[in-house]
Amino acid sequence: MSHLSRNQVLDLYFMDARHKLIDLAAFLDRMDRAGGEADFRAEAFAQAMQHLLGEAPDRAARVLMSLSDPTTQPIAKATTKAACGAWPGEPESEKIPS
Amino acid sequence: MVSRTTDDYLAMVTAGCQAVCEPAFWAGFDRCSVDGFHDYFCQLTEHEPRRAAKFGLPHYCWLCINPKESEDLKLASEVMDLIPQFMDKPNVLGIGEIGLNKNSANELKVLERHIEIAAQHDQLILVHTPHLEDKYKGTRLILDALKNDPRIQPSRCVIDHVEEHTISMVLDEGFWAGMTLYPESKCSSSRAIDMLERFGTDRIWMNSACDWGISRPLAVPHAAIEMKQRAHTHPWIDKVVYQNPVAFMQQSPRFRLP
Repeated sequence: MSHLSRNQVLDLYFMDARHKLIDLAAFLDRMDRAGGEADFRAEAFAQAMQHLLGEAPDRAARVLMSLSDPTTQPIAKATTKAACGAWPGEPESEKIPS
Repeated sequence: MVSRTTDDYLAMVTAGCQAVCEPAFWAGFDRCSVDGFHDYFCQLTEHEPRRAAKFGLPHYCWLCINPKESEDLKLASEVMDLIPQFMDKPNVLGIGEIGLNKNSANELKVLERHIEIAAQHDQLILVHTPHLEDKYKGTRLILDALKNDPRIQPSRCVIDHVEEHTISMVLDEGFWAGMTLYPESKCSSSRAIDMLERFGTDRIWMNSACDWGISRPLAVPHAAIEMKQRAHTHPWIDKVVYQNPVAFMQQSPRFRLP
Protein backbone atom coordinates (compact mmCIF):
# COMPACT_ATOMS: atom_id res chain seq x y z
CA MET A 1 0.00 0.00 0.00
CA SER A 2 1.10 3.58 -0.65
CA HIS A 3 1.10 6.02 2.26
CA LEU A 4 -0.59 8.56 -0.03
CA SER A 5 -4.34 8.66 -0.61
CA ARG A 6 -5.66 8.17 -4.14
CA ASN A 7 -6.51 11.86 -4.28
CA GLN A 8 -2.98 12.76 -3.26
CA VAL A 9 -1.64 10.56 -6.07
CA LEU A 10 -4.03 12.32 -8.46
CA ASP A 11 -2.88 15.71 -7.18
CA LEU A 12 0.73 14.81 -7.90
CA TYR A 13 0.45 12.83 -11.13
CA PHE A 14 -2.88 13.37 -12.89
CA MET A 15 -1.73 16.18 -15.18
CA ASP A 16 1.43 14.32 -16.19
CA ALA A 17 -0.51 11.09 -16.81
CA ARG A 18 -3.16 13.01 -18.77
CA HIS A 19 -0.44 14.50 -20.95
CA LYS A 20 1.02 11.05 -21.60
CA LEU A 21 -2.43 9.59 -22.35
CA ILE A 22 -3.09 12.24 -24.98
CA ASP A 23 0.39 11.75 -26.40
CA LEU A 24 -0.35 8.04 -26.69
CA ALA A 25 -3.66 8.73 -28.40
CA ALA A 26 -1.93 11.13 -30.82
CA PHE A 27 0.71 8.47 -31.58
CA LEU A 28 -2.05 6.00 -32.52
CA ASP A 29 -3.75 8.65 -34.69
CA ARG A 30 -0.39 9.32 -36.37
CA MET A 31 -0.01 5.63 -37.12
CA ASP A 32 -3.49 5.59 -38.67
CA ARG A 33 -2.61 8.51 -40.95
CA ALA A 34 0.64 6.91 -42.07
CA GLY A 35 0.71 4.54 -45.03
CA GLY A 36 2.09 1.08 -45.62
CA GLU A 37 2.35 -2.02 -43.51
CA ALA A 38 3.64 -1.79 -39.96
CA ASP A 39 6.30 -4.14 -38.62
CA PHE A 40 6.15 -6.34 -35.49
CA ARG A 41 6.41 -3.34 -33.18
CA ALA A 42 2.90 -2.16 -33.96
CA GLU A 43 1.32 -5.47 -32.97
CA ALA A 44 3.58 -5.71 -29.93
CA PHE A 45 2.48 -2.24 -28.86
CA ALA A 46 -1.21 -3.09 -29.31
CA GLN A 47 -0.76 -6.27 -27.25
CA ALA A 48 1.10 -4.38 -24.52
CA MET A 49 -1.65 -1.77 -24.29
CA GLN A 50 -4.16 -4.45 -23.32
CA HIS A 51 -2.42 -4.67 -19.94
CA LEU A 52 -3.43 -1.10 -19.14
CA LEU A 53 -7.08 -2.06 -19.06
CA GLY A 54 -8.81 -3.75 -16.18
CA GLU A 55 -8.05 -3.96 -12.51
CA ALA A 56 -5.27 -6.58 -12.46
CA PRO A 57 -2.16 -5.29 -10.62
CA ASP A 58 1.44 -4.96 -11.81
CA ARG A 59 0.52 -3.35 -15.10
CA ALA A 60 4.04 -1.93 -15.63
CA ALA A 61 5.65 -5.33 -15.12
CA ARG A 62 3.10 -7.01 -17.43
CA VAL A 63 3.63 -4.42 -20.15
CA LEU A 64 7.41 -4.93 -19.87
CA MET A 65 7.05 -8.69 -20.02
CA SER A 66 4.75 -8.56 -23.04
CA LEU A 67 7.46 -6.61 -24.91
CA SER A 68 10.25 -8.92 -23.74
CA ASP A 69 12.13 -11.79 -25.37
CA PRO A 70 10.61 -14.90 -23.77
CA THR A 71 13.43 -17.26 -24.80
CA THR A 72 16.02 -18.47 -22.31
CA GLN A 73 19.11 -19.46 -24.32
CA PRO A 74 21.86 -17.10 -25.54
CA ILE A 75 21.67 -16.14 -29.21
CA ALA A 76 24.40 -17.34 -31.54
CA LYS A 77 25.81 -13.90 -32.37
CA ALA A 78 24.95 -10.28 -31.67
CA THR A 79 24.38 -8.53 -35.00
CA THR A 80 23.21 -5.21 -33.60
CA LYS A 81 24.20 -3.00 -30.68
CA ALA A 82 20.85 -1.54 -29.76
CA ALA A 83 17.59 -3.07 -28.62
CA CYS A 84 14.45 -2.00 -30.46
CA GLY A 85 11.79 -2.07 -27.77
CA ALA A 86 9.81 -5.18 -28.71
CA TRP A 87 10.75 -8.78 -29.41
CA PRO A 88 10.78 -9.54 -33.12
CA GLY A 89 10.58 -13.31 -32.71
CA GLU A 90 13.39 -15.83 -32.96
CA PRO A 91 15.09 -16.12 -36.36
CA GLU A 92 16.22 -19.66 -37.19
CA SER A 93 19.76 -18.44 -37.84
CA GLU A 94 20.19 -17.25 -34.26
CA LYS A 95 19.20 -20.45 -32.55
CA ILE A 96 22.05 -22.34 -30.89
CA PRO A 97 21.64 -26.12 -31.27
CA SER A 98 21.00 -27.61 -27.86
CA MET B 1 33.18 11.25 -15.56
CA VAL B 2 33.99 11.00 -19.22
CA SER B 3 30.46 12.03 -20.22
CA ARG B 4 30.12 14.93 -17.77
CA THR B 5 31.11 18.48 -18.64
CA THR B 6 32.48 21.03 -16.20
CA ASP B 7 29.00 22.60 -16.10
CA ASP B 8 27.62 19.21 -15.08
CA TYR B 9 30.19 18.88 -12.31
CA LEU B 10 29.37 22.35 -10.99
CA ALA B 11 25.66 21.54 -10.94
CA MET B 12 26.24 18.17 -9.25
CA VAL B 13 28.42 19.61 -6.52
CA THR B 14 26.00 22.49 -5.97
CA ALA B 15 23.18 19.94 -5.57
CA GLY B 16 25.13 18.12 -2.89
CA CYS B 17 26.80 15.28 -4.76
CA GLN B 18 29.54 13.86 -2.53
CA ALA B 19 31.27 11.46 -4.92
CA VAL B 20 30.93 9.99 -8.40
CA CYS B 21 31.66 6.56 -9.73
CA GLU B 22 31.66 5.58 -13.37
CA PRO B 23 31.91 2.16 -14.97
CA ALA B 24 34.07 1.33 -17.97
CA PHE B 25 31.69 1.86 -20.85
CA TRP B 26 31.28 1.65 -24.60
CA ALA B 27 32.77 4.67 -26.37
CA GLY B 28 29.85 4.96 -28.80
CA PHE B 29 31.97 3.10 -31.36
CA ASP B 30 33.98 -0.11 -31.14
CA ARG B 31 37.57 0.41 -30.07
CA CYS B 32 39.74 -1.52 -32.49
CA SER B 33 42.71 -2.50 -30.34
CA VAL B 34 43.75 -3.26 -26.79
CA ASP B 35 45.81 -0.04 -26.86
CA GLY B 36 42.58 1.94 -27.06
CA PHE B 37 41.42 0.26 -23.88
CA HIS B 38 44.76 0.90 -22.20
CA ASP B 39 44.34 4.62 -22.91
CA TYR B 40 40.73 4.48 -21.70
CA PHE B 41 41.71 2.79 -18.43
CA CYS B 42 44.38 5.49 -17.95
CA GLN B 43 41.67 8.09 -18.51
CA LEU B 44 39.42 6.47 -15.89
CA THR B 45 42.12 5.99 -13.28
CA GLU B 46 44.28 9.08 -13.75
CA HIS B 47 42.75 11.89 -15.78
CA GLU B 48 39.11 11.75 -14.66
CA PRO B 49 39.94 11.73 -10.92
CA ARG B 50 42.06 14.86 -11.43
CA ARG B 51 39.26 16.51 -13.40
CA ALA B 52 36.67 15.74 -10.72
CA ALA B 53 39.03 16.84 -7.96
CA LYS B 54 38.97 20.39 -9.34
CA PHE B 55 35.37 20.47 -8.05
CA GLY B 56 36.22 18.78 -4.78
CA LEU B 57 34.57 15.58 -5.97
CA PRO B 58 36.11 12.17 -5.25
CA HIS B 59 35.98 10.05 -8.40
CA TYR B 60 35.83 6.25 -8.49
CA CYS B 61 35.65 3.83 -11.37
CA TRP B 62 35.08 0.25 -12.42
CA LEU B 63 37.00 -1.64 -15.09
CA CYS B 64 35.96 -4.09 -17.80
CA ILE B 65 35.29 -4.48 -21.49
CA ASN B 66 31.66 -3.51 -21.93
CA PRO B 67 29.22 -6.17 -23.22
CA LYS B 68 28.59 -4.09 -26.36
CA GLU B 69 32.20 -4.82 -27.37
CA SER B 70 32.23 -8.48 -26.37
CA GLU B 71 31.55 -10.20 -29.69
CA ASP B 72 35.27 -10.08 -30.58
CA LEU B 73 36.58 -12.73 -28.20
CA LYS B 74 40.24 -12.19 -29.10
CA LEU B 75 40.12 -8.47 -28.35
CA ALA B 76 38.01 -9.05 -25.24
CA SER B 77 40.57 -11.53 -23.95
CA GLU B 78 43.43 -9.07 -24.50
CA VAL B 79 41.52 -6.36 -22.65
CA MET B 80 40.67 -8.65 -19.75
CA ASP B 81 44.37 -9.58 -19.49
CA LEU B 82 45.03 -5.85 -19.07
CA ILE B 83 42.56 -5.26 -16.23
CA PRO B 84 44.67 -6.61 -13.33
CA GLN B 85 47.37 -4.01 -14.13
CA PHE B 86 44.92 -1.26 -13.22
CA MET B 87 43.14 -2.88 -10.30
CA ASP B 88 45.46 -1.41 -7.69
CA LYS B 89 44.85 2.17 -8.78
CA PRO B 90 43.48 4.16 -5.82
CA ASN B 91 40.07 4.92 -7.37
CA VAL B 92 39.19 1.45 -8.71
CA LEU B 93 36.22 -0.06 -6.87
CA GLY B 94 35.88 -3.27 -8.85
CA ILE B 95 34.86 -4.89 -12.10
CA GLY B 96 32.10 -3.27 -14.13
CA GLU B 97 29.90 -2.68 -15.81
CA ILE B 98 29.98 -6.24 -17.00
CA GLY B 99 26.90 -8.06 -18.18
CA LEU B 100 25.08 -8.72 -21.41
CA ASN B 101 23.81 -6.56 -24.25
CA LYS B 102 22.06 -8.74 -26.85
CA ASN B 103 22.39 -11.96 -24.81
CA SER B 104 24.80 -13.63 -27.22
CA ALA B 105 27.00 -16.65 -26.58
CA ASN B 106 30.21 -14.59 -26.84
CA GLU B 107 28.90 -11.91 -24.48
CA LEU B 108 28.21 -14.66 -21.97
CA LYS B 109 31.72 -16.09 -22.30
CA VAL B 110 33.22 -12.63 -21.67
CA LEU B 111 30.91 -12.10 -18.70
CA GLU B 112 32.04 -15.43 -17.22
CA ARG B 113 35.71 -14.48 -17.63
CA HIS B 114 35.06 -11.13 -15.89
CA ILE B 115 33.36 -12.97 -13.02
CA GLU B 116 36.45 -15.17 -12.74
CA ILE B 117 38.70 -12.09 -12.56
CA ALA B 118 36.48 -10.49 -9.91
CA ALA B 119 36.47 -13.70 -7.86
CA GLN B 120 40.25 -14.20 -8.12
CA HIS B 121 40.95 -10.64 -7.01
CA ASP B 122 38.06 -10.32 -4.52
CA GLN B 123 36.55 -7.34 -6.35
CA LEU B 124 33.12 -5.76 -6.13
CA ILE B 125 30.99 -6.27 -9.23
CA LEU B 126 28.76 -3.80 -11.08
CA VAL B 127 26.47 -5.37 -13.68
CA HIS B 128 24.76 -3.87 -16.71
CA THR B 129 21.50 -5.61 -17.60
CA PRO B 130 20.36 -5.39 -21.22
CA HIS B 131 17.83 -2.82 -22.28
CA LEU B 132 14.24 -3.05 -23.44
CA GLU B 133 13.12 -6.42 -24.85
CA ASP B 134 16.42 -8.09 -23.87
CA LYS B 135 16.37 -7.18 -20.20
CA TYR B 136 14.35 -9.99 -18.60
CA LYS B 137 16.18 -12.81 -20.39
CA GLY B 138 19.57 -11.14 -19.87
CA THR B 139 19.02 -10.56 -16.17
CA ARG B 140 18.15 -14.23 -15.72
CA LEU B 141 21.29 -15.34 -17.62
CA ILE B 142 23.48 -12.92 -15.63
CA LEU B 143 22.17 -14.04 -12.25
CA ASP B 144 22.70 -17.68 -13.22
CA ALA B 145 26.29 -16.91 -14.28
CA LEU B 146 27.02 -15.14 -10.99
CA LYS B 147 25.43 -17.88 -8.92
CA ASN B 148 27.46 -20.52 -10.76
CA ASP B 149 30.61 -19.21 -9.06
CA PRO B 150 30.45 -20.03 -5.32
CA ARG B 151 33.14 -17.43 -4.59
CA ILE B 152 30.81 -14.61 -5.66
CA GLN B 153 28.86 -13.07 -2.79
CA PRO B 154 25.58 -11.49 -3.93
CA SER B 155 25.97 -8.75 -1.33
CA ARG B 156 29.07 -7.56 -3.22
CA CYS B 157 27.30 -7.32 -6.60
CA VAL B 158 24.97 -4.59 -7.80
CA ILE B 159 22.69 -5.48 -10.71
CA ASP B 160 21.95 -2.19 -12.40
CA HIS B 161 19.09 -0.90 -14.57
CA VAL B 162 16.42 -3.02 -12.87
CA GLU B 163 12.82 -2.40 -13.82
CA GLU B 164 9.48 -3.67 -12.57
CA HIS B 165 9.83 -7.10 -14.18
CA THR B 166 13.37 -7.80 -12.99
CA ILE B 167 13.71 -6.20 -9.57
CA SER B 168 12.18 -9.13 -7.67
CA MET B 169 14.51 -11.76 -9.08
CA VAL B 170 17.52 -9.57 -8.24
CA LEU B 171 16.53 -8.80 -4.65
CA ASP B 172 15.20 -12.30 -3.94
CA GLU B 173 18.61 -13.78 -4.82
CA GLY B 174 20.38 -11.45 -2.35
CA PHE B 175 21.97 -9.07 -4.86
CA TRP B 176 21.88 -5.29 -4.77
CA ALA B 177 19.57 -3.63 -7.29
CA GLY B 178 20.42 -0.42 -9.12
CA MET B 179 17.75 1.79 -10.68
CA THR B 180 19.05 4.00 -13.46
CA LEU B 181 17.04 7.14 -14.10
CA TYR B 182 16.34 8.29 -17.65
CA PRO B 183 14.31 11.37 -18.62
CA GLU B 184 12.87 9.95 -21.83
CA SER B 185 13.18 6.21 -21.95
CA LYS B 186 13.52 3.25 -19.59
CA CYS B 187 13.08 3.97 -15.85
CA SER B 188 11.69 7.31 -14.73
CA SER B 189 12.03 8.71 -11.20
CA SER B 190 8.30 8.13 -10.59
CA ARG B 191 8.60 4.44 -11.42
CA ALA B 192 11.80 4.13 -9.40
CA ILE B 193 10.06 5.57 -6.34
CA ASP B 194 7.12 3.22 -6.95
CA MET B 195 9.56 0.30 -6.82
CA LEU B 196 11.08 1.57 -3.59
CA GLU B 197 7.62 1.84 -2.02
CA ARG B 198 6.74 -1.69 -3.12
CA PHE B 199 10.01 -3.52 -2.51
CA GLY B 200 11.55 -1.53 0.33
CA THR B 201 14.79 0.41 0.57
CA ASP B 202 17.22 -2.38 1.48
CA ARG B 203 19.96 -3.17 -1.03
CA ILE B 204 18.73 -0.66 -3.59
CA TRP B 205 20.38 2.44 -4.99
CA MET B 206 19.57 5.02 -7.64
CA ASN B 207 21.87 6.47 -10.25
CA SER B 208 21.69 8.77 -13.23
CA ALA B 209 22.09 7.41 -16.72
CA CYS B 210 25.16 8.93 -18.34
CA ASP B 211 25.43 7.12 -21.63
CA TRP B 212 24.70 8.10 -25.20
CA GLY B 213 21.01 8.95 -24.84
CA ILE B 214 19.70 12.08 -23.15
CA SER B 215 20.47 12.00 -19.42
CA ARG B 216 20.28 14.41 -16.51
CA PRO B 217 23.28 14.79 -14.21
CA LEU B 218 20.85 15.85 -11.47
CA ALA B 219 18.46 12.94 -11.90
CA VAL B 220 19.06 11.64 -8.38
CA PRO B 221 18.59 15.00 -6.57
CA HIS B 222 15.44 15.58 -8.66
CA ALA B 223 14.16 12.16 -7.63
CA ALA B 224 14.79 13.14 -4.00
CA ILE B 225 12.56 16.17 -4.52
CA GLU B 226 9.83 13.91 -5.88
CA MET B 227 10.21 11.65 -2.84
CA LYS B 228 9.60 14.70 -0.63
CA GLN B 229 6.53 15.53 -2.72
CA ARG B 230 5.29 12.04 -1.89
CA ALA B 231 5.76 12.87 1.80
CA HIS B 232 8.66 10.50 2.40
CA THR B 233 10.80 11.30 5.41
CA HIS B 234 14.35 12.61 5.29
CA PRO B 235 15.84 9.37 6.72
CA TRP B 236 13.98 7.34 4.07
CA ILE B 237 15.26 9.56 1.27
CA ASP B 238 18.76 9.77 2.70
CA LYS B 239 18.97 5.99 2.91
CA VAL B 240 18.23 5.60 -0.78
CA VAL B 241 20.27 8.45 -2.24
CA TYR B 242 23.23 8.44 0.14
CA GLN B 243 23.51 5.73 2.80
CA ASN B 244 22.86 2.79 0.48
CA PRO B 245 25.44 3.65 -2.21
CA VAL B 246 27.95 4.46 0.52
CA ALA B 247 27.26 1.16 2.26
CA PHE B 248 27.78 -0.78 -0.93
CA MET B 249 30.92 1.01 -2.08
CA GLN B 250 32.51 0.98 1.37
CA GLN B 251 32.88 -2.76 0.85
CA SER B 252 35.87 -1.67 -1.23
CA PRO B 253 38.74 -0.53 1.02
CA ARG B 254 39.47 2.19 -1.56
CA PHE B 255 36.18 4.03 -1.11
CA ARG B 256 36.61 7.09 1.05
CA LEU B 257 34.41 10.11 1.48
CA PRO B 258 36.03 13.47 2.26
